[in-house]
Amino acid sequence: MPAVQETVERVKRIDVDQYRYGFETLIDSEKAPKGLSEEIVKFISQKKNEPAWMLQWRLEAYRRWLTMTEPTWARVNYPKIDFQDIHYYAAPKPKKTVTSLDEIDPEILKTYEKLGIPLREVAMLEGIEPKVGEDDPARRKIAVDAVFDSVSVATTFKAELKKAGVIFMPISEAIREHPELVQKYLGSVVPTSDNFYATLNSAVFSDGSFVYVPPGVRCPMELSTYFRINERNTGQFERTLIIADKGSYVSYLEGCTAPQRDENQLHAAVVELVALDDAEIKYSTVQNWYPGNSEGKGGIYNFVTKRGDCRGANSKISWTQVETGSAITWKYPSCILRGDNSRGEFYSIAISNGFQQVDSGTKMIHLGKNTSSRIISKGIAAGKSQNTYRGLVTAHRKATGARNFTACDSLLIGDKCGAHTVPYIEAKNSSATFEHEATTSKISEDVLFYCIQRGLSQEEAVGLVVNGFVKDVLQQLPMEFAVEAQKLISISLEGSVG
Amino acid sequence: MALLEVKDLKVRVEEREILHGLTLTVNEGEVHAIMGPNGSGKSTLSHVIAGKPGYEVTDGQILFRGEDLLEMDPDERAAKGVFLAFQYPVEIPGVATMNFLRTALNAQRKARGEGEYSTPDFLKKVREVSKSLNIPQDMLKRGVNVGFSGGEKKRNEVLQMALFEPSLCILDEMDSGLDIDALRIAADGVNALRSPGRAMIVITHYQRLLNYIVPDFVHVMSKGRVVKSGDKELALELEASGYAQFEDAA
Ligand SMILES: Nc1ncnc2c1ncn2[C@@H]1O[C@H](COP(=O)(O)OP(=O)(O)OP(=O)(O)O)[C@@H](O)[C@H]1O
Ligand SMILES: [Mg+2]
Repeated sequence: MPAVQETVERVKRIDVDQYRYGFETLIDSEKAPKGLSEEIVKFISQKKNEPAWMLQWRLEAYRRWLTMTEPTWARVNYPKIDFQDIHYYAAPKPKKTVTSLDEIDPEILKTYEKLGIPLREVAMLEGIEPKVGEDDPARRKIAVDAVFDSVSVATTFKAELKKAGVIFMPISEAIREHPELVQKYLGSVVPTSDNFYATLNSAVFSDGSFVYVPPGVRCPMELSTYFRINERNTGQFERTLIIADKGSYVSYLEGCTAPQRDENQLHAAVVELVALDDAEIKYSTVQNWYPGNSEGKGGIYNFVTKRGDCRGANSKISWTQVETGSAITWKYPSCILRGDNSRGEFYSIAISNGFQQVDSGTKMIHLGKNTSSRIISKGIAAGKSQNTYRGLVTAHRKATGARNFTACDSLLIGDKCGAHTVPYIEAKNSSATFEHEATTSKISEDVLFYCIQRGLSQEEAVGLVVNGFVKDVLQQLPMEFAVEAQKLISISLEGSVG
Repeated sequence: MALLEVKDLKVRVEEREILHGLTLTVNEGEVHAIMGPNGSGKSTLSHVIAGKPGYEVTDGQILFRGEDLLEMDPDERAAKGVFLAFQYPVEIPGVATMNFLRTALNAQRKARGEGEYSTPDFLKKVREVSKSLNIPQDMLKRGVNVGFSGGEKKRNEVLQMALFEPSLCILDEMDSGLDIDALRIAADGVNALRSPGRAMIVITHYQRLLNYIVPDFVHVMSKGRVVKSGDKELALELEASGYAQFEDAA
């Protein structure tokens, strides 16, 4: 029974870690104490059983971070974060310790129902264990089944990938098992000194995914964090590194819908993509973190650094994102178009409702010859939210023949929200051709009434119209993801009208 | 019981009264034509029956099978069988017509407590109806009314009417913008829907449409009221002498 075996092994491993590397004062603790110091950075590195070079790397980042200040240029407002009031390490464990369905926020349950995830499954996803004495054999069996299921799926996954030579594992494992790859590429796209949050992440990242696709290999399946996320709490400082070697192809799906309803306040992830000659990486995200309650309290601060390096000639990196959650989003998936003829794409749907603040966009840095990029951004603002597209397109001196096309469309629902477009364009090569289009419109009452006259409810009508508005981007998502995203868009706009 | 009873209806838009006490009774199986000069309030009446926001009913009643229609949300009215073919159908970019038809039909069925159509059943039905209206399948893959010609938009309205099988069909100038052939096809489509259980209100400026869709009653509206009612001969009379004779009556 692979599941049991895996669990046993994991437990063993943890024991060994604690024995050999345990920090005396902290040994019994599941969590590091609040605050950040060199001690804590060492503690994290030791908990993860990391080699010395990794600890060194983290410490350098930490020292750098001490000299930096939080950026303030984004169009977002939030109370000052006390970085000494955060736990930087928590041992993997179920996300919540709720013991029955009754204790879950009814709002969350509703969301699950609308997503079509049956409650029994919810019980599992929320990490509920049957109460002692409450012997509900049906529930227990289903939970166990489900766990077995996901393990067996994950295992099939691994075997097939291994056959293709694809490495797909938690980055903490990759650091130990493939140090040469990690050392070569980690921080090569987002340097440890890059920006305040990325530097913080470099010092304290807990886990994340590592992918390496060998030359000429077309990864046989879409890679997804879905299964791993249910397995463990990936935490607030995720680190992902994806390398597509020459002539390879990989499509990676990040996040999933409702189950990833994390309660951590601050998230500062870093994602690095490297595409070598003729390689292609497609990276899709559907983000639905807790946006805060109807009064604007709580919710995730999502400060993410995502960057792809089209390092080789004819390489291609494509970012697709559907952002519906988080109280504050600060996120600019970018492409460095270094290789000649390389291509970067950014397709984005950013929805804000309630009191959400979104400041998102992309950077396309054209360095190589005949590089091209395409930006399609759809911002939807409802409620009292603020939605900003911030984009930078630059062509450097040597980027002869660089081309960019940008289209930013914003849709406003109601009159208490705002949409803003902040494009920066910079061409140091006269042969560069950059095109920029932007529109802002209000959702039309006549269109809504047309739909409602045909039997749709007000909310269904809004969902339908918005889904039409974002269709160009939805089409970029893998099929199953697109369907989920579509449902999510409708859900996240509930209560936006009326 | 009448299917639709509009009693002494007074309606304001932005502080201005548009309908000044309009009365109209429509029974099952009947076809009523409403004619009248521009701005007389024909579209306003159709919007108020369908429940479009922005209109303030200051007096009067609208009963649908004896129920107070004004108390119902517009989607509830649709599910009960009120259908309005718009004078100006809107475009919905990015929403494939086929998807729209299906979403709307299932929403109505759900509201009535009926099961959803299965995909093959739905497709079969759409294919039948669109064929009879001469609507190519390709058009149904495009966004709702996006890039449709004026005539195609109107035919799309009739298509929906045929698909949803409403009990009250209000057609607001379905003949405007249609060429002779398209008019005949659309009218045939409407005629095919005439049935003892279904009533229609046909709003038009031209007698010509009424040659194809022959009404049981013709009403003349002027300045927010029905000023004369009669049978189909009244339309011919109007065609000959215009509306001027009613201006004073109003
Ligand atoms: N939203 C509105 N705001 C202000 N006035 C309006 C509004 N809607 C309608 N009206 C006015 O109400 C009157 C009746 O308009 P309505 O569209 O009902 O006329 P109609 O009989 O359908 O005309 P037509 O034959 O040109 O279609 C017109 O004077 C019009 O200007
Ligand atoms: Mg009109």
